Amino acid sequence: MDPAAAKLIGAGIACIGMGGAGIGVGHIFGNYLAGALRNPAAAGAQFTNALIGAALAEGLGIFSLVVALLLLFVA
Amino acid sequence: MANDPIHQFQIQDLTGSFNLGGYDISFTNSALFMGATVTVITAFLWLASRKAELVPGRVQSVGELWYGMIDNMVNNVLGHDGKKFFPLVFSLFSFVLVANMLGMFPYFFTVTSHVIVTASLALFVVALVVVVGIYKHGLGWFKLFVPSGVPLAILPFISLIEIISFLSRPISLGLRLFGNMLAGHIVLKVFAGFVVSLGALGIGGILGAIAPLAMAVALTALEFLVAFLQAFVFAILTCVYLNDALHTHH
Repeated sequence: MDPAAAKLIGAGIACIGMGGAGIGVGHIFGNYLAGALRNPAAAGAQFTNALIGAALAEGLGIFSLVVALLLLFVA
Repeated sequence: MANDPIHQFQIQDLTGSFNLGGYDISFTNSALFMGATVTVITAFLWLASRKAELVPGRVQSVGELWYGMIDNMVNNVLGHDGKKFFPLVFSLFSFVLVANMLGMFPYFFTVTSHVIVTASLALFVVALVVVVGIYKHGLGWFKLFVPSGVPLAILPFISLIEIISFLSRPISLGLRLFGNMLAGHIVLKVFAGFVVSLGALGIGGILGAIAPLAMAVALTALEFLVAFLQAFVFAILTCVYLNDALHTHH
């Protein structure tokens, strides 16, 4: 296979990882919302924790984006 | 290429190149906007606290909101003895927030969209965690990597995972901010590029360009949210990591 084409395909495959981050962040905010509707009084105090969880989950998706960008522009 | 989405991240020398001991120390657009960031923070906080009144005016309330939010966060995560880290967390938050927000202006350079800037901030935070942890707890700080209540048989494996997860912190902390800003700005420019190339097609293209234009406006709003959220996340993760150094309750 042409190396340039392989690079582009590899970058595309690497971006699949971002789907996992989407699932993770969706789970966190979905569950946060479900919990907040059950007990709205406790919701405010846990919003920071929801943000931390979302940031940690999203970070892993960003890794795959960085791999894709490295393949496109650096490697 | 007319609408190259990567072009906005180019570092340009503004004054011509200077060399000092083999290092290029020329004044670039990145340095200019870092200076602008610090100037904006200093000027705003000076304005907000210049005439402190009991009933705050508009500028003073924003300043108090800004200060109070970080103060609240440091208190919640670090507790009372975390008070001495407030200036650090406040500075990090303000720098990242204002750098992100300045980057949202058209033709302005986004300092935090370069991995060297965010990685330096993240490495500094994690190095500080190690230094503070060893200063506070001595070699006992390394118990952080040996969680209690784990069966002896799988303890080496768990320790290995803990060490790897600690070592990946500076990488994830820096890359998260860098990736969010880079990806957000690329997406904005890609959609703006659609508007330009559709508009060049004539009257039908101009009508068709309404959709990407609306998308670009919506994404700009989203980017403002991301700019704030990433600064907040950076500050709160700094607090969470510092908490590991201050209180080792593993």
